[in-house]
Amino acid sequence: MRVELIKRPQQSALFSAVSPFIALALTLVAGAIMFSLLGKSPLDALYYYFIDPLREVWSLHELAIKAAPLILIAVGLAVCYLSNNWNIGAEGQFIIGAMAGSILPIIFPDFQGWYVLPLMLLMGIAGGAAYGAIPALLKVRFNTNEILTSLMLVYVAQLFLDWMVRGPWRNPEGNNFPETRRFHVDAILPEILPSSGRANLGFVFAILAAIVVWFLVTRTLKGFEVRVLGSSPRAGRFAGFSAKKMVFFAFMLSGGLAGLAGISEVSGAIGQLRPVISPGYGFAAIIVAFLGRLNPLGIIASGLILALTYLGGEAAQISLGLSDKVVRVFQGMLLFFVLGCDTLIHYRVRLVGFGAKPAVEGA
Amino acid sequence: MGIAESILLTIATAATPLLIAALGELVVERSGVLNLGVEGMMVMGAVCGFVAAALTGSPWLGVLAAIVVGALFSLLFGFLTLSVATNQVATGLSLTLLGLGLSGMIGEGFVGQAGQKLPSLYIPGLSDLPLVGRLVFGQDPIFYMSIALTVGIMWFLFRTRAGLTLRSIGDNHASAHALGIPVIAYRYLAVMFGGACAGLAGAHLSLVYTPQWVENMTAGRGWIALALVVFASWRPLRVLAGAYLFGAVTIGQIHVQALGYGIPSQLLSSLPYLATIVVLVLISRNRRLTMMNTPASLGRAFVPDR
Repeated sequence: MRVELIKRPQQSALFSAVSPFIALALTLVAGAIMFSLLGKSPLDALYYYFIDPLREVWSLHELAIKAAPLILIAVGLAVCYLSNNWNIGAEGQFIIGAMAGSILPIIFPDFQGWYVLPLMLLMGIAGGAAYGAIPALLKVRFNTNEILTSLMLVYVAQLFLDWMVRGPWRNPEGNNFPETRRFHVDAILPEILPSSGRANLGFVFAILAAIVVWFLVTRTLKGFEVRVLGSSPRAGRFAGFSAKKMVFFAFMLSGGLAGLAGISEVSGAIGQLRPVISPGYGFAAIIVAFLGRLNPLGIIASGLILALTYLGGEAAQISLGLSDKVVRVFQGMLLFFVLGCDTLIHYRVRLVGFGAKPAVEGA
Repeated sequence: MGIAESILLTIATAATPLLIAALGELVVERSGVLNLGVEGMMVMGAVCGFVAAALTGSPWLGVLAAIVVGALFSLLFGFLTLSVATNQVATGLSLTLLGLGLSGMIGEGFVGQAGQKLPSLYIPGLSDLPLVGRLVFGQDPIFYMSIALTVGIMWFLFRTRAGLTLRSIGDNHASAHALGIPVIAYRYLAVMFGGACAGLAGAHLSLVYTPQWVENMTAGRGWIALALVVFASWRPLRVLAGAYLFGAVTIGQIHVQALGYGIPSQLLSSLPYLATIVVLVLISRNRRLTMMNTPASLGRAFVPDR
């Protein structure tokens, strides 16, 4: 049997809307098969993964905490991918943003006041944007492949954080634990509804960022430029758009948002720097961006779904003894199905048996 | 054994997985397909090789399992990009993400277990020769495979008709299709070959380099292999040179770490990654060289019109 693709004259509006849902459904089926192979009841497992975390208010707060960095990063990545710039180093930009913002509470702990937090956030954005500008500069100036450079910079950022936290920035009163001093009160991101849970302003930033970027991409000339340069660089040149400036724009926007996600995470959920501050948000956000079909509003939904898999993974680990490694398998499968289903938007798919051999084939 | 000799030996050990994975990816890219899933296939090869060796007691079966798993795992990517015409960059990435996740799950019960080590070659007499003995006649079997692969791929790509066909597909898949060449079939085989190579490279890590399973033990080597292909401007012999250069950087920084000098170990550990960036910049700034050598259809999906 063979798969044959027939190009649709126009994108299918129907499949544009439903393909993420088909992908989700297929992932659930594949997940159920995987759970039964692991010897767990698939229904129980899916329940703990996708329903249990939604039953309590505090748990919804945790969902917002996990979703915030995913949405922030993915929204920026969407602009990158729409403009055909392959930034896969958001994890590194997240880390550098977190470190840049943490300079104030770690090095100048006596510098306190309401203005500390806004400054930290700005420094986080600047740090992430600057780190994102490196692959952009190398691409524009030296024609270097941005996929490889942005990814290599992730490893560099992880090692840099590790060194700083174990070395120069280690908490002097911390019994030699590899962590920095805890942030003072003015450097902590406020919680939204402290009475019911831990969710902090990071989630508000994420929603705001998604709306602003959605407006930018769909309603402004800049957004038009992003899409034209992404789908046809030649047409973009004729329109007078600069592909080089777009590389910087896309990388610094997504780097800045990843940096904001980083500083929000350490000043919100964690409250200090540690050798590892992200469970792979920068990579999971790639999945979020595609599951949201590179639409910032869709990304809000897909970010919540991916966040749910993190929480569900914890719930299933506690209740069923399922390995926490399953989460990443789940996320990886999801991206596969999303990409596969997106083909339905542009092509009609036909399965051809071995017998029916088209006349064109066979040399 | 002198210090210089032992350093050269370890450089070869560090270079071998990079060389094999990069050679596989070179063939894939020569056919016009960009598979960013090398890291994922490599880590799957590492874990499956280790687990198979641990369960059967035979490191050779481990190597075989790694090759088979690498090839099968690459089929996931092959099916999506070749049959369903998905975006190659995104699909390759998802192969890496899935591989890293799956390998963690498969290897969970095997973390910290002592592994099987693939025995090094020993030819009485020859292996005891001064200087060259251990280097030429006393390495691990996968090292010899990597050299044979280099020569074999050079011969295949530039001396055989099938190799010429493969390169023509990579340069212009539409023309190749018009000539009646089965573009998709060639690309499937190339992708599977790349997967098998990545699997073998992974097996080298978990059965020779450090015979144990550690999560994410590939540590970006799959990505460095991808960079090596660009660095080598898609030529096998230059991949060999590049892999040994990187092996030397890796081993060099480990020796400097051991000596101390007060340089933070993290800084030294990041050297291979920084070196990758520097090398990529040096190569790609020469636009003519890149333009001339990059397979022209690289990364572009192909849907045959019938």
